[in-house]
Amino acid sequence: MPVQMPDISLGLMLPEILVALLAMALLLMSAWYGKEGRGTIGWMSIFGIGLAALAIMIGGGTGETTFGGMFVDDTFARYMKLLLLIATVLPLLISFNYVHDNKMDGGEYYVITLFSMLGGMFMVSSGDFVMLYLGLELMSLSIYVLAAFKRNDQKSSEAGLKYFILGSLASGILLYGISLIYGSFGTVSYTGIAEALANSHGHVTPAVGLGMVMIVGGLSFKVAAAPFHMWAPDVYEGAPTSVTAFMASMPKVAAFAVLYRVLIITFPALHSQWGPLLQFLAIASLAVGSFAAIAQTNIKRMLAYSSIGHVGFLLIGLSTGTSDGYQSVLLYLTIYIIMNTGAFALILILNRGGIGDELTDFKGLAKKRPFLAVLMATFMFSMGGIPPLAGFIGKLYIFMAAIKAGMISIAIAGVLFSAVGAFYYLRVVKYMYFDEAKSDFSMPVSSASQAVIVMSGVIMLVWGVFPGSLLSWTETTVRMFQ
Amino acid sequence: MSLNNYLILSALLFTIGVFGIFMNRRNVIIIMMSIELILLSVNINFVAFSSYLGNIDGQIITFFVLTVAAAEAAIGLAILVTFFRNRATIDVEEIDTLKG
Repeated sequence: MPVQMPDISLGLMLPEILVALLAMALLLMSAWYGKEGRGTIGWMSIFGIGLAALAIMIGGGTGETTFGGMFVDDTFARYMKLLLLIATVLPLLISFNYVHDNKMDGGEYYVITLFSMLGGMFMVSSGDFVMLYLGLELMSLSIYVLAAFKRNDQKSSEAGLKYFILGSLASGILLYGISLIYGSFGTVSYTGIAEALANSHGHVTPAVGLGMVMIVGGLSFKVAAAPFHMWAPDVYEGAPTSVTAFMASMPKVAAFAVLYRVLIITFPALHSQWGPLLQFLAIASLAVGSFAAIAQTNIKRMLAYSSIGHVGFLLIGLSTGTSDGYQSVLLYLTIYIIMNTGAFALILILNRGGIGDELTDFKGLAKKRPFLAVLMATFMFSMGGIPPLAGFIGKLYIFMAAIKAGMISIAIAGVLFSAVGAFYYLRVVKYMYFDEAKSDFSMPVSSASQAVIVMSGVIMLVWGVFPGSLLSWTETTVRMFQ
Repeated sequence: MSLNNYLILSALLFTIGVFGIFMNRRNVIIIMMSIELILLSVNINFVAFSSYLGNIDGQIITFFVLTVAAAEAAIGLAILVTFFRNRATIDVEEIDTLKG
């Protein structure tokens, strides 16, 4: 029997190919040059990510598919990939000094980060469940290694081990769900399943329902939505801080992109099932995110719970099932990445001065380094959703979408939880401004970190007052889901 | 053998795997074996469906899953080795420096 080769247009995956080639070349370089090459590998990876960003911005976004529909290149993929690149570049820029000081700069650090991002890019562009699974594993396996990267540190290796065990369990659950879906439809392609579902006139077998729930469960583990959040605080605390900054943003973008693909493209017919499911996850995440964070004394743990809370807001937007909701999720995700990385940049800067991760370590920062304190306060206010900062715009659009979709009680619950959440963000500000300093905070700030924090702070203000450009970008991106 | 027998077997293996992760209080290696069991139960599912539906996709997916499972085991054991070096134990109850 002659085998027919499918049409393969590699041009569509130019950004992925660039990143993959670069990562492999850098891996060889780091082995070849040893110690001397370390500094350059970091900058070269940033240069390569810039090239990939250029490739994304120049072409593509036409909705074409390749590899027999496994790989999709549409406007949504393009936007999410740019977001992924930003969510990788910013943590890399702020982590140069940290990586160097902690002797983590063997070059592999950057290579593994790039591979993890590559996995995320494949997830974003996935056109069937196999691509989704392979991208997810490439991303997750790289991040398990990154979490355990401080080899001689007890906490780091424990964080890596915990993340690995629970992450593999989540992948297993996701995969079992995929196998049930495959058995029910005989295909794993998103569009094929959507068509079969549309033809079945709302009749859904239990296997399909169970499969979908397991897939959503596995993915909500990756975004750390309650009740699948148990790993997040431990892993965020134990992992090296530069890695925490990275895994608080990049995997969330990729996993949310996949949730869009799975829920909106594959299972639009099942909205009456996954809508309430997401609402439950959202409310649970908001509750955990706002109440458990109050009890934390470590800022990395606090930010872990805060990110669980942010995921709660994102899930509210997604559960609406309207294009307003989809747009608000993209808006919130974009803002979240930038403010979250900004906050981690400041923690990394303070770390250089020998200052730990405890909340009380921030006491009196405003008196010694008022500039850093103002920026930290900006990020905290923005996360708390206080106008006129961008975080407020994000929450506002989520709530507006929820109310338009008739989910009034969910919107009210969201507002109440965000008021509770504001308490612990404001506590950081209180420590910085109204308490006596314990140390003199005389640490150097590298120009890369300075650029990142200033830029993030300015973006928070600009988008908080003039969100117009962000609104129009996200609106054109979600237009394809109508 | 009907499709159901295979599906029941795979569901049983999956359940044993999940319980193996949560009920086991002794050894991290047993957890790794449970993870492997979960992935293999999925493979049985894929192959059984593939043969039942007369569709080759499922068998190809099985190869991907096997490859990923090997990579996962390698990385898991590598992380476990660094953990053992730092703590000189792989007892599940001793993984408690981070309070969760």
